[in-house]
Amino acid sequence: MAKILTKEAVVPNIHAMVVQAPAIAAQVQPGQFVIVRADEDGERIPLSVADWNAAAGTITLIFMEVGGTTGKLAALKAGDNLPTVVGPLGIPTEIGEFGTVMCIGGCYGIGSIYPIARALKQKGNKVIMVMEARSSFLLYWEDRFKKLVDSLIIITRDGTKGYRGHVSRVPEIMKSLGRPVHRIIVNGCTFLLKRASDMSRPYEMKTIVSLNPIMIDGTGMCGVCRVTVGTETRFACVHGPDFDGHLVDWEELLQRRKTYIVEEEIAVTASRCEEHQAAIRESRP
Amino acid sequence: MTEPQPQQQKKKLDLDRREMPKQSPEVRRFNFSEVALGYPGETAMAEAARCLQCKKPLCVGNCPVEINIPGFIKHIADGDFPGAIRVLKEKNLLPAVCGRVCPQEEQCEKTCVLVKKGGQIAIGRLERFAADWEAAQGKAAIPDIPPSTGKKVAVVGGGPAGLTVAGDLILRGHAVTIFEALHKLGGVLTYGIPEFRLPKAIVNREVDYLKTLGVEVIADFVVGKTRTLDSILQEYDAVFIGAGAGLPWFMNIPGENLNGVYSANEYLTRMNLMKGFLFPEYDTPIKRHRKVAVVGGGNVAMDCARTALRLGAEVNIIYRRSRQELPARLEEVENAEEEGIIFKFLTLPIRYIGDERGWVKQIEYLKMQLGEPDASGRRSPVPIEGSETLMDVDAVVCAIGNSPNPMIPATTPGLQIGKKGNIVADEATGKTSMDRVWAGGDVVTGAATVILAMGAGRKAARSIHEYLSSR
Ligand SMILES: Cc1cc2nc3c(=O)[nH]c(=O)nc-3n(C[C@H](O)[C@H](O)[C@H](O)COP(=O)(O)OP(=O)(O)OC[C@H]3O[C@@H](n4cnc5c(N)ncnc54)[C@H](O)[C@@H]3O)c2cc1C
Ligand SMILES: Cc1cc2nc3c(=O)[nH]c(=O)nc-3n(C[C@H](O)[C@H](O)[C@H](O)COP(=O)(O)OP(=O)(O)OC[C@H]3O[C@@H](n4cnc5c(N)ncnc54)[C@H](O)[C@@H]3O)c2cc1C
Ligand code: SF4
Ligand code: SF4
Ligand code: FES
Repeated sequence: MAKILTKEAVVPNIHAMVVQAPAIAAQVQPGQFVIVRADEDGERIPLSVADWNAAAGTITLIFMEVGGTTGKLAALKAGDNLPTVVGPLGIPTEIGEFGTVMCIGGCYGIGSIYPIARALKQKGNKVIMVMEARSSFLLYWEDRFKKLVDSLIIITRDGTKGYRGHVSRVPEIMKSLGRPVHRIIVNGCTFLLKRASDMSRPYEMKTIVSLNPIMIDGTGMCGVCRVTVGTETRFACVHGPDFDGHLVDWEELLQRRKTYIVEEEIAVTASRCEEHQAAIRESRP
Repeated sequence: MTEPQPQQQKKKLDLDRREMPKQSPEVRRFNFSEVALGYPGETAMAEAARCLQCKKPLCVGNCPVEINIPGFIKHIADGDFPGAIRVLKEKNLLPAVCGRVCPQEEQCEKTCVLVKKGGQIAIGRLERFAADWEAAQGKAAIPDIPPSTGKKVAVVGGGPAGLTVAGDLILRGHAVTIFEALHKLGGVLTYGIPEFRLPKAIVNREVDYLKTLGVEVIADFVVGKTRTLDSILQEYDAVFIGAGAGLPWFMNIPGENLNGVYSANEYLTRMNLMKGFLFPEYDTPIKRHRKVAVVGGGNVAMDCARTALRLGAEVNIIYRRSRQELPARLEEVENAEEEGIIFKFLTLPIRYIGDERGWVKQIEYLKMQLGEPDASGRRSPVPIEGSETLMDVDAVVCAIGNSPNPMIPATTPGLQIGKKGNIVADEATGKTSMDRVWAGGDVVTGAATVILAMGAGRKAARSIHEYLSSR
């Protein structure tokens, strides 16, 4: 059981929640996640740990309201309890002395990549942060990143702030920056992860993505989170969630994410991301 | 049937093994309630009266926890049910569970002297009867807890092995904390074995009983992740690892990652732990498929098949050997057959074929024949060339086995691990290669049985107690 200390909508549809979880706060490292239940009869869903305070025994979760459980989470208030918050799970993101690292975050991934960027800086890397959103009003934590990273690049789909378009514009942006990038790390929705990997493939830049398949236990017991990476089947919860984006079988991952889409119809109305909605429409029988 | 010897027998040998009432197959295939209904009191007494009360009872030697079988049966025969439960609980913390899920035909009942005449005593059913009788009285007798020894033991995993260690050690005055990764205790009893075979109310009752004895339970805590074993060792005097064999195997054949192909663990966890059959009242969805193939022949495969059937599917079991070699409990095989599960013996899947949306639509399999007996004495199946056959399905459940959970081995340097990823532990004591660390159950042996896990827990508890008392 974990008590919710604060909860706020950071932008429409994306919420930040600080919960009391001392054991996790003492142990968590960048790139790890927890499994959460919103109520006693609830489903178990994975959420990345976007920040923590070991001394205070708290962790911060950033979640996007897309369906049943994230909807229930959004309805909770400070003072309520989450029956389950378990973790930290998964293998932490590799934090090495890489040189220049580009961190790309979209939707919840803007939050979850924050501790990764911070750890990379502490290791002495130059960090370029790329934030991607549909529109300027969906951007958050700009100030936090500005204080932290060497350069902050913003891309919005509608051009209301920064560059207009998608992450596919990154190469030309990089050219104008005139700095080589030694590694790319991407957090966010599956579409962003895939697009970023497609973008960097021709340049053979190592691209690490934090995958987000369906999960249940998060401990390697059920196998629902399996993904194909290269020629191998891996369990994202124990072998990941970070993998080489150039080796992930994206078609399969996108298919598998849709397994319960008919059952999750409510998601259609709850999710305001066009790409989710299109994916849901497409896979209706 | 051979006539009883015309020797001086006080009463005539009764070989009529009493049947246990069950829900009829036509009814039970549409519900999730328990299939077997248990003996009524007079039937239990009649069945118990058949026991010969052997001076040297052969049944006992084949019970992994050596229950005084004639002892508890005598009490039932005499109508002294509290006496029966007392004798059972001397050796077995979970009689309501074991009476239901032990493979009795391979254990206690196999060596009952009456087995040769086909009239072996229904030991499991009687055990279940006594336990259910006690539960129906509403309150279990709470034994006296000895004064605290001041020693603290951590138990990793709340399955049958861990629960047994916790129960045994709390009754010896040690403080016990169970750390469990999932949000509920019970291990496979909770997330794996379905409601219709083992009602969750029974498991919860046993867990609650341990709590009333004073066992502390910390759920949602993954040892190795939330805290390492080494760090736990700094706070506790001894640690028992009963983390089970939770890692599902796949066959590594094409199409295994298609939608609609599940591991047995996923399928059963959705169903049992997360109560998927009550979706959408409960949040976790489970699909209602039309035609399901279940690959495997053990208890796990039977449970998946009968679950899919109850969700409305036609179900085929794909098993590479023949009926004789099925490793599942006989009772469950018979139940499955009665319910209309179709068995495709001597078949081996070689690939799954998907539709344009990435859902499995067909399974391709080879027909097999039995060759020479292998090392285990079982005749090994050999594929028949050119026998590829297609079957239409909309889901496949892969129930071919599990290995020990790798989480603790992977995060605990210094713990000796065997070839199959199992924790190496001494068979007699459960001691591992690490100081103050014991292990037992499926994490040591690989997937086995509830009662073997409990037996291992019992031995480890004894060894832990000896260690703690010697300091
Ligand atoms: C390791 C890991 C870390 C994660 N971290 C976070 C996090 O920090 N914050 C966060 O908001 N989410 C995170 N996710 C995703 C999150 O688990 C899902 O959004 C959540 O399970 C949705 O549950 P729901 O019941 O609300 O929606 P459901 O009703 O289960 O799903 C709604 C529908 O939207 C689709 N969908 C949901 N989320 C996504 C997505 N991100 N990309 C594409 N399709 C999606 C689903 O396939 C489904 O069809 C993470 C996932 C993983 C595996
Ligand atoms: C579907 C199915 C049907 C079966 N049917 C029968 C049957 O009819 N008869 C029979 O005798 N046997 C049956 N078995 C086998 C039997 O259930 C197991 O042998 C037995 O449960 C093993 O007990 P255990 O305590 O060793 O492990 P488990 O029951 O697996 O319990 C291990 C527990 O440890 C927890 N855990 C794992 N890792 C960690 C960690 N790092 N930190 C904290 N907790 C952790 C797990 O979540 C789990 O709760 C069946 C098994 C299955 C899967
Ligand atoms: S515990 Fe199992 S093996 Fe032992 S007597 Fe009971 S049913 Fe038989
Ligand atoms: S062997 Fe059979 S008849 Fe003899 S004591 Fe055991 S159960 Fe009774
Ligand atoms: S979530 Fe179950 S194995 Fe990864």
